[in-house]
Amino acid sequence: MMTTPAPERDRAQIVAAKKQRQASRIAEAASAGIKVLLLKVLLLGIVDAISVYALFVLFIKQDSLVFGLVLLVTIVVNVIYFRAKGLPAKYLTPGLIFLLIFQIFVVGYSGYIAFTNYGTGHNSTKDDAVNSLILSSQERVPDSATYAVTVLEQAGAYSFLVTDPDGEISVGNPDSPLTEVTDAETDASGQAIGLPGYTTLNFADIVANQEAIAALAVPVSDDPNDGSLRTPDGSAAYLYLSDLVYDEAAGTMTDASTGVVYTEDPTQGSFVAEDGADLQPGWKVEVGLANFAKAFGTDSIRGPLISVTLWTFAFAFLSVATTFALGLFLAIVFNDLRMRGRNVYRVVMILPYAFPAFLSALVWAGMLNPQFGFINQVLFGGAEIPWLTNEWLAKFSIIFVNLWLGFPYMFLVCTGALQSIPGELQEAATVDGARPWQVFRLIKLPLLLVSVSPLLIASFAFNFNNFNLIYMLTNGGPRDVTAGVNVGATDILISMVYKVAFVGANRDYGLASAFSILIFVLVALVSIISFRQTKALEELN
Amino acid sequence: MATTTIAAPATTDYIPVKHPFNFGRWFRATGWRHLVGAVMVVFSAFPLLYVLSASLHPGGTLITANGLFSEVDLGSYVTLFNLPQQPYAAWYGNTLLIGGITSAGTVFLGALAAYSFSRMRFVGRRAGLLMLVLVQMFPQLLAVVAIFLLLNGISDIFPAIGLDTQIGLIMVYLGGALGVNTYLMYGFFNTIPASIDEAAKLDGAGHARIFFTIILRLVAPILAVVGLLSFVGTTNEFVIASIVLITPEKQTLAVGLYQFVSQEFSSNYSVFAAGAVLAALPVMALFLWLQKYIVGGLTAGSVK
Repeated sequence: MMTTPAPERDRAQIVAAKKQRQASRIAEAASAGIKVLLLKVLLLGIVDAISVYALFVLFIKQDSLVFGLVLLVTIVVNVIYFRAKGLPAKYLTPGLIFLLIFQIFVVGYSGYIAFTNYGTGHNSTKDDAVNSLILSSQERVPDSATYAVTVLEQAGAYSFLVTDPDGEISVGNPDSPLTEVTDAETDASGQAIGLPGYTTLNFADIVANQEAIAALAVPVSDDPNDGSLRTPDGSAAYLYLSDLVYDEAAGTMTDASTGVVYTEDPTQGSFVAEDGADLQPGWKVEVGLANFAKAFGTDSIRGPLISVTLWTFAFAFLSVATTFALGLFLAIVFNDLRMRGRNVYRVVMILPYAFPAFLSALVWAGMLNPQFGFINQVLFGGAEIPWLTNEWLAKFSIIFVNLWLGFPYMFLVCTGALQSIPGELQEAATVDGARPWQVFRLIKLPLLLVSVSPLLIASFAFNFNNFNLIYMLTNGGPRDVTAGVNVGATDILISMVYKVAFVGANRDYGLASAFSILIFVLVALVSIISFRQTKALEELN
Repeated sequence: MATTTIAAPATTDYIPVKHPFNFGRWFRATGWRHLVGAVMVVFSAFPLLYVLSASLHPGGTLITANGLFSEVDLGSYVTLFNLPQQPYAAWYGNTLLIGGITSAGTVFLGALAAYSFSRMRFVGRRAGLLMLVLVQMFPQLLAVVAIFLLLNGISDIFPAIGLDTQIGLIMVYLGGALGVNTYLMYGFFNTIPASIDEAAKLDGAGHARIFFTIILRLVAPILAVVGLLSFVGTTNEFVIASIVLITPEKQTLAVGLYQFVSQEFSSNYSVFAAGAVLAALPVMALFLWLQKYIVGGLTAGSVK
């Protein structure tokens, strides 16, 4: 419990307010002193230690942009907590850092990805694409010399210690080409068998990791065209050369066996032959509005996109309307003091709300299963009603299950709002001769709507992105086979984004981000309109 | 409301008697409400009883689950913890761990921000409050692709906090900490009289001491509500968890159970049902325990 200030002391203190404030500042500095200061220094020390480690790693990786950002954030954080002024910043910074990175930045990053061809086959840089193209088409050179090799291990990564036919010793791994070494241990025949800092794999280790070792390809030099060494058995390595020859100056990739020349296409992010065939993988490039053109310009995508958008609005609106109607009805029914056992009903009706939503959707998916589910087998006597596989029945099922999930919330909210309406209003209206229905429609309902309308907007916004229900109940299905993307009749926009980006073998992050941008725009429009209507923002002070 | 008809006295002597029970009158006044209540109780509770009965039917499939409570045996619960492919116990632990840390972090970060918005006046305060309201409209899952690619980039440099790590997932969730519930807390902080702060300040307490030892205790109910809503939200979260956590041992219940269901739904239904019952227990227990706070918090403006 708190001690309240004695009012008679106030006047004296107002007179000496300035002095008091000064004194309290000194007192704070002195009394809260040493322990708080130590804690502060300790916490900042931990943060700084992590930052320094991060900076060190970034320096080694030569990532100058991120290095600069981390350095800047570290300096700002230290300044904020060590200077005496700027108290609000001390309280806001921890949350703001997370907010800026994982909520604000990612939105901007989505915007950037929407203008790239990021996705399966285009998820890396051009250098990576060149390397992986050359590696994937490598063949053993028929008359390759035999290189004696010893497999080394360091921090879980394998390296080759190679003694070439001339007796020169070098070390390399798939990420760094062979470099000559002088301090290797050698056996009697001059073959290198160990290197300081590395562990030499014995025969049993090699056998145990046979597949991983056979897959290693160590480049001979910085130029990928020089080929790389591979060892089928862990003791002798051979030179492997690629069929593809990369010409960096001309920007071409030539297939040595067929003679086809693939030319680099910077707008598409891949090597393309004259007949239009391209080499996979390509690399990530900015493609301008191509993703938006694909979304709105291709018939097989535009059609589904429009129907999905309409269904998203219909679903969100119907969800709010049905749950609110049932919740309000129940709130009126159970808002009668004469009725006994209201608490029992209330607790049972809250259960659907307390049950985790993703599980509810999975349980209902089982109950609505056409062949074996409870609804068809028991309630409809074995009829095979396609609750989740017929387009319109699936939509109905989703609204129905969401009614089950959502009515308790509306019931609680409406009960609270009804009870906060003063009883005198009803009495006065009754005295004036109003019928019960008139009392409800003209007095209670308008007052109720004032207090619950922000919650209805929030509920609409929530259901607009109610991914779990859709994905777990119908998985968006039944699938629209004519569509150019993986999308079904009950998919909403956010589940469509998820499917395009993460489901199936062909992931298209660029197109998915373009859809995300569309959701952002729609949500922003809905928010602007609804906030204008309710004037909720004017209450901010 | 419903009009009550006053029955004329049936007896001719004038001894005042208690009205005899009149079914019609009772039904018009409150009886029909019980009828509605009974229908709603069946509607609300049936799916939950269904999954409970299915979980008590060992080796049961979707079709045997229709015989409600025809057999009662805990065998499925034993099977659940011995599945070769699905590490249910690990999922359970992960969910509690991730949910617990996330909700504690959310409450802490949110309370810090709400305190400064409620008690301090500074440049950008109104804009900051406006931002908190607007950020609520744009849930993190809209940027799921960018979150995935950001964590993918982080794992190239710091594998310990990147893709397929629980720390990475918790950090992503904490990004939503300020957005979702700070405004709720801000409203509650405003109801604590500022004179309490001033009294403490005059007694020589610093801002940190006022916040940690006085204010945080007075706003405990809202901290409980926000913590619970955050825990429930994290437990239910599927989209981000499913793309960040790849190794089965690191996944949460939402991701694990969904994959379990999509692999063998109808054949192994009793095991899934057992998993669902156990998964729902902590959330439902917390919910019913903190019920009165939640109802207060809900009407103040938050949604599930």
